[in-house]
Amino acid sequence: MKKRSLIPILYIAFLMLPIYWLVAMSFKTTNEILSGFSLFPQTFTLENYITIFTDPTWYWGYINSIAYVTINTVLSVCVALPAAYAFSRYRFLGDKQLFFWLLTNRMAPAAVFALPFFQLYSSIGLFDTYLAVALAHTLFNVPLAVWILEGFMRGIPKELDETAYVDGYSFPRFFVTIFLPNIKAGVGVAAFFCFMFSWVEMLLAKTLTAVEAKPIAAVMTRTASSAGYELGLLAAAGTLTIIPGAIVIWFVRNYIARGFAMGRV
Amino acid sequence: MRTENQKAWFFVLPVLGLVAFNALVPMMTVVNYSVQETFGNNQFFWEGLGWFEQILRSDRFQAALGRQFLFTLLILLIEVPLGIIVALSMPRKGFWVPVCLVLMALPMLIPWNVVGSMWNIFTLPKIGLLGYFLNDVLGINYDMTQQPLSAWITVVIMDVWHWTSLVVLLCYAGLVSIPDAYYQAAKIDGASPWSVFRYIQLPKMKTVLTIAVLLRFMDSFNIYTEPFVLTGGGPGNSTTLLSIDLVKIALGQFDLGPAAAMSLIYFAITLLVSWVFYTLMTKDDAQ
Repeated sequence: MKKRSLIPILYIAFLMLPIYWLVAMSFKTTNEILSGFSLFPQTFTLENYITIFTDPTWYWGYINSIAYVTINTVLSVCVALPAAYAFSRYRFLGDKQLFFWLLTNRMAPAAVFALPFFQLYSSIGLFDTYLAVALAHTLFNVPLAVWILEGFMRGIPKELDETAYVDGYSFPRFFVTIFLPNIKAGVGVAAFFCFMFSWVEMLLAKTLTAVEAKPIAAVMTRTASSAGYELGLLAAAGTLTIIPGAIVIWFVRNYIARGFAMGRV
Repeated sequence: MRTENQKAWFFVLPVLGLVAFNALVPMMTVVNYSVQETFGNNQFFWEGLGWFEQILRSDRFQAALGRQFLFTLLILLIEVPLGIIVALSMPRKGFWVPVCLVLMALPMLIPWNVVGSMWNIFTLPKIGLLGYFLNDVLGINYDMTQQPLSAWITVVIMDVWHWTSLVVLLCYAGLVSIPDAYYQAAKIDGASPWSVFRYIQLPKMKTVLTIAVLLRFMDSFNIYTEPFVLTGGGPGNSTTLLSIDLVKIALGQFDLGPAAAMSLIYFAITLLVSWVFYTLMTKDDAQ
């Protein structure tokens, strides 16, 4: 038993090493970073974090990212709920084809869509808004949310729906007061995945924004190139981008295993 | 069983509208560009399938495609077995399970450009932990920005670091759904650990493994941000994967026609391979 737990421990150590290095780097001064190797910060400094929290370009990057991720998550889950219900409960003309077509959008390389997206959202006047990025990210998040929710909904017996109708529930009332509480784990998992993929995607987010809605990633790359070799600052900014993900994952920790299987085990 | 009901279409309409807007309009733009030549000023000339022929025959595209397949093959060969091994050796219940899961999922929640920057900082010679360790402690000459081999190894390890947890979590989900009675029965029969794996655990993981391989194939085939931030496709063109090459042509040189043709070929290959994977891996279920 002892020997077996060595593998996960080693694996997690491997995962944590680069993260540790990023965090350690963020507490070092630029001088210390450039002067040579040190395993722990010698002159512990909060300078890098202070810069980020006092410079509007930096902290607005975070606010912008969180804004479009939130809009995207709410939007994706809301439109995916009725669709997933339809796929899990009914057969209708072209349902299989439609489901597969939705999933193919998950396969499209973001690089393919970067330029057309830029033109599309410029022409409808949404360029450089939260809504543009949130809408663009629905391309891969809505199919995923439908897929996950459908998996969870299939696990709810149909008798639940029928009993509710016999009891005189209307469909909207049944859906909100009875059905939703039954699949709340699924909703949580779907929301988690939408958050995750919208939070980590950078190519489209960068292409669709310029100034007003600029995500943190764009701020990082521009600062990295203009300010030269400010590795400490870059590391601090990177460390701060890990925190929202860590908080969100802590909330869904008990559903992670099942959630990653999209409810299909 | 699901009942026949055409009104269900109304439930699907919002999703259909949203995804169609995002997928069809840009896709038509790409198709439009792929058959035309432009010299600016919004003047377009019919080009037919010329771009497709040119792209398919160009050494540059073939080289990028070769690198892309090599990369995807390598990461699948490492991530899938490693993911299964880690999942098998994880505890089934107890205090450490959620802790392990959260720590393992953490790399997947880091923005992709930060992953690239993080590995850049990690592997810098003299300054980075790995770069310092390899060069100054072990005496291996390692410099990702100069040596193609080092760059390749770094990009592959970065992806293993980033995404193996997806395979682990999926397999783990399959494993915890196996009832204890199966293991007890195997114990009574005196089954070896290998036969427990082969006849109990592997079949139970099959569905989730299909999802894992498909997701890993699609995402690694489309990978852009992480290697771009880490190596920029270099040194030379050694780590220029398909997406990096595509963005160079489309946004760097603004060659819209060839870029659009390449996009469509790229998308078609992804679709085709995914479909073949999916049919092969689900064939037994259908019978």
